Amino acid sequence: MGVTSKLGNLGIVTTTLETAVNWGRTGAMWPLLFGLACCAIEMMSAQASDYDLSRFGMELNRASPRQSDLIIVAGRVTRKMAPVLRQLYDQMADPKWVISMGDCASCGGVYNNYAIVQGVDEIIPVDVYVAGCPPRPEQLIHGIMTLHEKIKAERIVHWAS
Amino acid sequence: MVTGIQSRETGTKAVWEGSLEELRGLVTERAMTGETMLLNMGPHHPSTHGVLRLLLELDGEQIVTCLPDIGFLHTGIEKNIEDKTYEKGVPLTDRMDYLSPMSNNMAFCLAVEKLAEVDVPERARIIRVICLELARIASHMVWLGTHALDMGAMSVFLYCFREREHILRIFEMISGQRMMGSYLRPGGVWRDLPPEFYKAVTDFITYFEPKVDDYEALLTRNPIWLDRTQGVGILEPEVALAWGVTGACLRGSGVNWDVRKAMPYSDYDTYDFDVPLGEHGDVYDRFLCRVQEVRQSVRILKQAMKRLPKKGPFRSDNRKFVPPPRRELGQSMEAVIHHFKLWTHGFDAPDEEVYVSLESPRGEIGCYLHGTGGNKPRRVHFKTPSFMHISALPVMSEGYLLADMIAIIGSVDIVLGDCDR
Repeated sequence: MGVTSKLGNLGIVTTTLETAVNWGRTGAMWPLLFGLACCAIEMMSAQASDYDLSRFGMELNRASPRQSDLIIVAGRVTRKMAPVLRQLYDQMADPKWVISMGDCASCGGVYNNYAIVQGVDEIIPVDVYVAGCPPRPEQLIHGIMTLHEKIKAERIVHWAS
Repeated sequence: MVTGIQSRETGTKAVWEGSLEELRGLVTERAMTGETMLLNMGPHHPSTHGVLRLLLELDGEQIVTCLPDIGFLHTGIEKNIEDKTYEKGVPLTDRMDYLSPMSNNMAFCLAVEKLAEVDVPERARIIRVICLELARIASHMVWLGTHALDMGAMSVFLYCFREREHILRIFEMISGQRMMGSYLRPGGVWRDLPPEFYKAVTDFITYFEPKVDDYEALLTRNPIWLDRTQGVGILEPEVALAWGVTGACLRGSGVNWDVRKAMPYSDYDTYDFDVPLGEHGDVYDRFLCRVQEVRQSVRILKQAMKRLPKKGPFRSDNRKFVPPPRRELGQSMEAVIHHFKLWTHGFDAPDEEVYVSLESPRGEIGCYLHGTGGNKPRRVHFKTPSFMHISALPVMSEGYLLADMIAIIGSVDIVLGDCDR
C-alpha cells in the first residue's frame, strides 16, 4: 500500500538518515527577512525575477526569526544595530546558519571608524562570507550554494553538539 | 520595558531597557496611565524599508503619537570623507543613498567643482544627465516595487525589479559595477562611454516606455490600492514646507518645487520636461507624482540621447584637477608629474565654503563643503531628503490607523542610509 503502490516498479530507495535530513534542510531553507543597507537591495534583486532564488527553495522570507533558519546579514552593522542583530540570532530556532553578505558585514569594509562593527563575526558565528561591495546576486547565490554544500557535509554525530 | 525582552540564551542587553518615565513629554499622559498602548515597530520590520525604529502610541488602532528613532545605520561617512582627498571621497558618497548612488556622486562632484572651480565639458554634462535620469528610474522602480509589496501587490515588485536589472546592466557597462559605480567624478565622468552604451539606452527607452502603462494598469485604478492610499497620510502644503519636505512628497501636496527647474544644474534648464503635481497631498498623490516623474525622466533621456555626440571630451582637460589619460604617460614628462601628483597628493581647494543642491529621486539633496586650502576638506555635510521626511512622519501619520503607517512609510520613500549616513 501507500508508498509501494505509488512508486510502481521503481523499487526501493535506500539512504542514510544524515543524507535525508541534510537534503531536507537544504531544499527548503527559510531566510530571515533582514536587510540593513545597500546589500539588501542586491539581496532583493537575487529574490526578484532575474535571479529567482526560489529555484533553490528560498523564495519564502520570514519576517519572524522564530520561523527562519538562515540569517543573511546584508549590509553594514553599526554599534547601535549590533545588540538587535544578536537578539534576532538568539531568537532563531536551531539549526540555524549565518551568511555574512558584503564587505561591511564581513570585515567592516571601507568603514574603519567609530560607528561600524568590524565584521559581524564579532557578534554572531558566521558560516559563509560573501565578498563584494555590494556582491552581485550571482555571488550571493554562490554563497548560498556553498552553505548548502557545508550543510550536506554535516554528520549525525555533530547534530547534538 | 517598551521593546523586546532580555535574551535568555546569552544574556545580551535588550535593545532598550528604559522606564516609562523617560518617555514623559514625548508621549501623551494617557500612555502613562496605560490608557493608550505603546507599540514598538522596528528596527527589524519588513515594512520600515531599512532599519528605522518607530515608537507608536496607539489608541485602539489609531496612532496618537509616532516617535521615530534613527541612527541604526549611522556610518560616519561625512567624517570619513574629511580624511580623504576630494576624488577619493566620491566612492563613500555612493553608499549613502544606495538606491541612487549617482545622485550622491553628483552632489559631491558639483560641490567640489564649485569649490575648486573645475570646468565640466558639455558632453560630460549630457552623460551625467543620462546617468542621473537612469538612476531616478531605477530608484523609483525599487520604491514602486517595495511600496506595492507592502500593500500586498506581489507581482508589481517582480516587474519593477525586472526593469531595474536593465538599468543596472547599463551601469555595469559604463562603470564596471552594478550599483556603486562612482562613475561621476569631479570634472566629468570616470571614463568614456563604451560603444554599446548608445544602443543599450535607446533599447531600454523603447522597452521601458510601455511598461509604465502596465504598472498604472495594475495600480492606478485598482480599488484595493485606492482604498489603502486615498485620503491617507495627508500632508498640507504649508506643513510640508515648514518641515523641509522636498521631492515628490512636496509636489504631491501641490507645491511646485523641483531643483532641476528652480536652480538648474548640468544644463537641466535646456531640457523640456514637466513637473507633475498632486492636489491632496495623500499617499495616492505621491504615488501618481512619482509614476509621472518616471515618464518625464524617459522624456529627458530621449532628448539627452539625441544631443549626445558619439565622440568628444568626457572629462575636463585641466591637468591640475584631472589625471592625464594613460596613453600620454609614455610620451610626456609633464603628464607623469601630473599623474603622480594627483594620485598621491590630490588637488588643493581653497579655504572657502560652498553649498550645492540637486534633485535626487527622493528629494533635494544638498552638499555643504568647506575646504582647507589643502587636499582634504575641513567639513563635509549632506542635507539629505530622507532625514527631513522621517522628521515629518509623525505629522503625516497621527490620527491614522496602524495599517496606514505602512502605506505612509512606503509613500515617502525613505532610505535609512540616506538619513543616518
